[in-house]
Amino acid sequence: MDRFVYLTFDGLSRGAIYAAFALALVLIWRAARIVNFAQGAMAIATVYAGYSVSTATGSYWLGFAVAIIGGLVLGATVERVVMRFVDHSSPLNGVVVALGLVLIIQGVLGMIYGDDYQPAAAPFSRDAFEVGGVALLSRYDLFVFAAVGAVVVLLTLLFRRTPTGLRMRAAAFAPDVSRLLGVPVGGMLTLGWALAAATGSLAGMLVIPTELGLHPNAMDLLFISAFTAAVVGGLDSPIGAVVGGVVVGLLLSYVSGYLGATVAPMAVLILLVVVLLGRPDGLFARSKVRTA
Amino acid sequence: MMEIENLAAGYHAAPVLHDVSFTVPAGKIVAVLGANGAGKTTLLRTLSGLIPATAGRILYDGVDLRGHKVERMVRRGIAHVPEGRGVITELTVDENLRLGGLWRKPRPSLDDIYDLFPPLAQRRDRPGHQLSGGERQMLAIGRALAAGPRLLLLDEPSLGLAPKVTAQIMSLLRDLRDRTGLAVLLVEQNVRSALSVADEALVLALGRVVARGAAADLRDDAELRHAYLGF
Repeated sequence: MDRFVYLTFDGLSRGAIYAAFALALVLIWRAARIVNFAQGAMAIATVYAGYSVSTATGSYWLGFAVAIIGGLVLGATVERVVMRFVDHSSPLNGVVVALGLVLIIQGVLGMIYGDDYQPAAAPFSRDAFEVGGVALLSRYDLFVFAAVGAVVVLLTLLFRRTPTGLRMRAAAFAPDVSRLLGVPVGGMLTLGWALAAATGSLAGMLVIPTELGLHPNAMDLLFISAFTAAVVGGLDSPIGAVVGGVVVGLLLSYVSGYLGATVAPMAVLILLVVVLLGRPDGLFARSKVRTA
Repeated sequence: MMEIENLAAGYHAAPVLHDVSFTVPAGKIVAVLGANGAGKTTLLRTLSGLIPATAGRILYDGVDLRGHKVERMVRRGIAHVPEGRGVITELTVDENLRLGGLWRKPRPSLDDIYDLFPPLAQRRDRPGHQLSGGERQMLAIGRALAAGPRLLLLDEPSLGLAPKVTAQIMSLLRDLRDRTGLAVLLVEQNVRSALSVADEALVLALGRVVARGAAADLRDDAELRHAYLGF
């Protein structure tokens, strides 16, 4: 029972990170109908930048800010300079370009930082508090929950309560109609990519201290888990992404806890395949297809 | 207010409009009539910049609008209600209406719009996909009016609506013209109801203007009616 409680809390903490990264995928899917396969590589690039600043200045938080702002800038740049010029008549084109970006970014990172894992310190202790002899949560886990919770709340407020959020939603649902109403659709798309990439960078900053460290490929597994979370949630639904993240986090935690860590990636892939076969629109998607 | 001179436009290699010229005077309703495929919708989409014009001029208050961004049109006072109504069905009634007035500073009150369309006031928080066809048309027109336009481009407002609802919309257009001086370019297949409100009209056939004049004259021209308007 103690083990189950521990694994549950561990799963929730991982799940929060997956949720943030899945949210980044959903933001771009909603805005541009592209699964951004370059999300992981873009995130790790900004995490490298963040930790470089942290190492140089000795301040974790300065590096943290650099990673998030770097995400905003990188996301906007990728949309403006690359994705805008992709012919989106076939969804495959965007995917191929994104995969090309992955190769370029990971190649450049390898050239600059080398192929070794570099240690990445956590800003808070990762030792769990014990309650009644059971290790529950660490300070770092609480930081993860607070950071992801803050992003979810801020994005919800942005989309539901602000004129810019209304413009972004309108531009995503009906670009031509939105243009006629004076919405700068291109600008909204750039903003969507910027916010998504920054959210991805946050997920990267949160996950790296819990993994082996910094490596150009360090986000690959996170990408698969978060992609599964987003698919479970239906790709179109921000709430679905958060729930999907938690589901995948718990699954991974239980599987690695009870069956061994090597089985965990396979469990995620099995979940992905099952959802794609059984409910390709996700567990939370409205089944109605947009017609007008 | 708007003068169209020798306008040509089309999709890629297939030209749709040829040498189209006419005027929309301030405070008048001008009907664009013609069969399916005559180029009526293409004309409206070219005027608001969704389709690039390949020749001619679109003078609005003396400025040529050709090549201007679609996003800027509403700031010039031109609101376009597209074919198929263009209600964003994922957004609520209130969000659709707010979107219409979003470019204006200060943001307009929506009370006037709700007064104009009482059924919408009762459905403020409903998503667009739950509305009836008539309510969607009201919402699309109301959203265009929230932008505070001086010229309304209206594409087939009667499409799929009951005759009674169509009549209501036509009388609303007449009322807005008389009360606020709104100019309307009204594309319609429903010739009778369009001519019932229009001051002037033109007939498009295969992308060319084949007749132009006062709405009453077109209505009385039996030959023209038989040849192009089907009644």
